[in-house]
Amino acid sequence: MFWTVTQSLLKGFGVSVELFILTLIFALPLGLVVAFGSMNKWKPLAFLGRGGAPGRIRRALAGFRPISALVEIVVWVIRGTPLMLQLIIIFYCPGLILGHDPWGGSEASRMTAAVVAFVINYACYFSVIYRGGIESVPVGQQEAGQVLGLTRGQIFRKITLLQVIKRIVPPMSNEIITLVKDTSLARIITVIELTFAGQAFLKSAGIWWPLLYTGAFYLVFVGLLTLIFGYIERRLSYFR
Amino acid sequence: MAILEVRNIGKSFGSTEVLKNISFSLEEGRAMAIIGSSGSGKTTLLRCLNFLETPDAGTISVRGETLFDAADPATARESEIRKKRLHFGLVFQSFNLFPQYTALKNVTLASELLARERSDYKHSVRTIAKELEENAMALLDQMGLAAKAGLYPHQLSGGQQQRVAIARALALKPDVLCFDEPTSALDPELTGEVLRVIRGLAEQKTTMVIVTHEMAFARDVADTVVFMDGGLVVEQGRPEDVITNPKEERTRRFLARFTQE
Repeated sequence: MFWTVTQSLLKGFGVSVELFILTLIFALPLGLVVAFGSMNKWKPLAFLGRGGAPGRIRRALAGFRPISALVEIVVWVIRGTPLMLQLIIIFYCPGLILGHDPWGGSEASRMTAAVVAFVINYACYFSVIYRGGIESVPVGQQEAGQVLGLTRGQIFRKITLLQVIKRIVPPMSNEIITLVKDTSLARIITVIELTFAGQAFLKSAGIWWPLLYTGAFYLVFVGLLTLIFGYIERRLSYFR
Repeated sequence: MAILEVRNIGKSFGSTEVLKNISFSLEEGRAMAIIGSSGSGKTTLLRCLNFLETPDAGTISVRGETLFDAADPATARESEIRKKRLHFGLVFQSFNLFPQYTALKNVTLASELLARERSDYKHSVRTIAKELEENAMALLDQMGLAAKAGLYPHQLSGGQQQRVAIARALALKPDVLCFDEPTSALDPELTGEVLRVIRGLAEQKTTMVIVTHEMAFARDVADTVVFMDGGLVVEQGRPEDVITNPKEERTRRFLARFTQE
């Protein structure tokens, strides 16, 4: 029995890890794009603020940043609704609206839909962490690079980036550890991940101990990640 | 001919006029001190010289070449400005060293990145790197920091950090080296070592513009002193005139407040 449970849980664990890794691969860079979008300073109506003494409405319009506003609305919607709801909507709604299922309806299609939902959701959370990290680097760092004749790209790569990484490791480790456990939400669209696999024995045969065994899988995985993040933090502790 | 020629610089933030019609010139090898209370526009003026702010009016010329002309928007283009900045060096009040690099790397970083644009870079990477490092070590030695080259900024005192920042600015051999209140963020016992270094640079005929609150230092080291108030140059001239025998009432009032403290 133990061997049967182990095999089943390992299979579920593989699915969970797959979802975890794919989410990170796409959401980490996408989050940076979202972060830059939310920091975008483009003000198409800035001309309204020039000349004379503009009133309150003209000043507000002049300061309006459409790209930043749009991105921030998206982030609000994604962070303001449950990931489980987003999974259900992304998996079922396109088929109902379009009349055919764009996901294809196979076993793999459930995974694809789950990855899409997770990537969108986590990119929004990551973007806020990135933005906090970028904005917390003193503006003097950028100015020091500018007066030394560096290009914008050089300033970002050679000066800002490592300082940002150092600052975002602790909040990122929090978010990534949460992601490990959030993969269990994918069961709502019948992705047979670790928790689903563990509960199957309760449902079919009424045995409870595979649930604790399931928990051990998460614990070991999170423990491993904690060690990795601790290592990265130590590697970056040589400067302040 | 003056190395630096500033003509009719004006700058406003919103409806606040921060700089009004500022003009002065500076001869090569001379040091100029800018004094004045906070909010008088001294720092904004330095930031304009280093193109961290774009003036609304006026011209800035170095060695007869017009680097900036508010009437000609082409001179304010980002790509143009980057090269022009190299005529000036700036030492910040808060040092702004790069925390992830050693003192030595702070000094060499910019020149290494600039060297990549040289046509002979690929053939002589090693020689160039060695040259730059020797130059940086010589500068750190001049600052009395040869033994600290391998340390990171957080391992250095404020005075040491500021001296590294001076070496970093000197490494690019600017025509004019600017200081923005270089000792204001330092404990009193550390200001001396930074002022000594700047004094040494003055003796070596480094062209400098120094915004400072250290009146005794300004009088001793500067060849000319500019007193600013409310965005205007109220008085400029030799230190013995401006600081010791000011003509303008406003200068006298400012200096009186200083000697009282």
